[in-house]
Amino acid sequence: MLNNYLPVLLFLMVAVGIGLILLGIGFLVGRGQKDPEKLSAYECGFEAFEDSRMKFDVRYYLVAILFIVFDLEIAFLFPWAISLDEIGLYGLGAMAIFLLVLVVGFIYEWKKGALEWD
Amino acid sequence: MMNELVSDLSAVRAEAFLAAGICVLLLFDLFIRDRHRDLTYALAMLLLAGTGWLAATAGGDGRVLAFGGSVVVDPLARVLKVAAALAMAVVFLYSRPWLRERQLFRGEYYVLGLFALLGILVIISGHSFLVIYLGLEMLSLALYALVVYDRDSPIGAESGMKYFVLGAIASGTLLYGMSIVYGFSGTLNLGELREYAAGLDGVPVFLLVGLGFMLSGIAFKFGAVPFHMWVPDVYQGAPTSVSLLIATAPKLASIALVIRLVAEALPELLVTWQVILMTLAVLSLLIGNIVAIAQTNIKRMLAYSAIAHVGFILLGVATGTTAGVEAAVFYSIVYVVAAAGAFGIIMLLSSRGAEADQLDDFRGLSQRSPWFALMMLLLMASMIGIPPLAGFYAKWIVLLALVEAGAVWLALFAVLMSVVGAFYYLRVIRLMYFDELPGGAPVQAPGDFRLVLSINALLALALGLFPGPLMDLCTGLLG
Amino acid sequence: MITLAHYLTLSAVLFAISVAGIYLNRKNVILLLMCIELQLLAVNFNFIAFSRFLDDVAGQVFVFFILTVAAAEAAIGLAILVVLFRNRRSINVDELDSMKG
Repeated sequence: MLNNYLPVLLFLMVAVGIGLILLGIGFLVGRGQKDPEKLSAYECGFEAFEDSRMKFDVRYYLVAILFIVFDLEIAFLFPWAISLDEIGLYGLGAMAIFLLVLVVGFIYEWKKGALEWD
Repeated sequence: MMNELVSDLSAVRAEAFLAAGICVLLLFDLFIRDRHRDLTYALAMLLLAGTGWLAATAGGDGRVLAFGGSVVVDPLARVLKVAAALAMAVVFLYSRPWLRERQLFRGEYYVLGLFALLGILVIISGHSFLVIYLGLEMLSLALYALVVYDRDSPIGAESGMKYFVLGAIASGTLLYGMSIVYGFSGTLNLGELREYAAGLDGVPVFLLVGLGFMLSGIAFKFGAVPFHMWVPDVYQGAPTSVSLLIATAPKLASIALVIRLVAEALPELLVTWQVILMTLAVLSLLIGNIVAIAQTNIKRMLAYSAIAHVGFILLGVATGTTAGVEAAVFYSIVYVVAAAGAFGIIMLLSSRGAEADQLDDFRGLSQRSPWFALMMLLLMASMIGIPPLAGFYAKWIVLLALVEAGAVWLALFAVLMSVVGAFYYLRVIRLMYFDELPGGAPVQAPGDFRLVLSINALLALALGLFPGPLMDLCTGLLG
Repeated sequence: MITLAHYLTLSAVLFAISVAGIYLNRKNVILLLMCIELQLLAVNFNFIAFSRFLDDVAGQVFVFFILTVAAAEAAIGLAILVVLFRNRRSINVDELDSMKG
């Protein structure tokens, strides 16, 4: 039964092996001169000026909230699209209502200014 | 095909009307000015009236299945839906002056309230796991948002977070139970589930496991001990107009939930769920009544009182007899009347910047407003169960059903707990009539508020003196 | 061969992890949201496995709806979180204790 997984095991072993070998070569062959510039965090050309674990602006959350809701509605469109010839007008009508409700929500968030950044 | 569609839509016309109406209301509210906000309120009330009327007439007199058996319209659905729409109308009416004084008078309150009502209606008519789950989520999501409706209230945000986390766990637990029952019975439809359970010999373990998970979820939504932790915090932390909303109409959805998912779908497993429901009921009566005595915040006290009343309602359902379930429905409606009135009085006494949510705020009410002190007296007496008020009759028929089902000890325990419970209701009455509040201002409220509040409180008396009409509505609910 | 029992065990383990996570976590409310999501995914696993082995499509349809509801729930949860943070400048679970009794 577990035979099916043999390729996966081999793949894992090869992947881990290659990783270890590459790291090992670097460790053995590299000269390893340490200086403060080399050890500091890489920050495209300027000094790192704060911790990377800072608090996000609350507006990102708003974008996330709006995104989650509208993103998942697409999941209903795919099964609907591939079965449209079976469900016919009934399905078309149902999806029209569904999208209409979505549009109502969209108008609401637009008018309330949730899409403005400032 | 087309005829089928028409008859399906006609069965859910109240829900369809309400859903369309909410969309219109949401857009309408966007485009009007602040000083015309009363139009939103008027439109919401109009929607409620239409929904109530459509719900009362849907499905004729009998029992209609629609959408392939996943929606049912029966007498139980009609009674509960009309009661829920009425309760929501009363909630909106009480809330208006309260919200306006606090600059919270916005269209979202009404949209979210109506969405909650839509969820309640869907639960009440649900005849499949999927439909009931969707209704439940629609109700819960609207309530979570309403609890944090006052964005500047720290305790509102805290109670909202607690409610959300615990509520989401409960939904997950309920769903897990549903998935197990679905997996082994092979159906999401409650009618087919019932047939499947009838054809079993012996009760398989998986069904018990699934039922156990489902009952925990239901008990949470009901607020029964030991799943009651959210109730006091939410009642206390939410804006009073939202506590009022949560205390009333959703209770009707909870009773529908337990009847549809348990009493109607799995009568074969009566012995099992009977024990579980009775345990929940006994614990709720015990904890609710005893902890309520220690409260000084009246919203929190009413929360524990709600837990105790849920115990009584569950006792009625747990008998498993028709009389018991009908008594539970009657009890729920009477409880909703009393709870709406009690929160109405709190909102009446609250003024700008001063919430009357402490028991001490009721001191000397009989001098400040003899009439509303009398109304509060009636409501409290109904909650205690003093004859001839409605609460007495409701308790009486539940006890009667218990005795008929042979659970005499439980009936005695329930009576004992009612006596314990009388203590904290009587304390409110004592404060109103025998204590003084120096410098108390006279009570002010708009005319429609006073009128409806009076009718609400007098209804608690009228339903006790003449329980006949409501009792007739509540008999023959179960097909 | 993977049997139904394997799927159900996995789903039960996921469910248990999520519930344990909710009760053990005392630090951060966002972790609670993740646990709630995990709980719903455990349920989804159950539904899909049953649907496959019963050869009944209803379970998969249910999963679609659970996913959507989970998204709406996450949205509301995040919104409440933002309100909580605005009011208290903290999303620490231990500090949610101002109401007692």
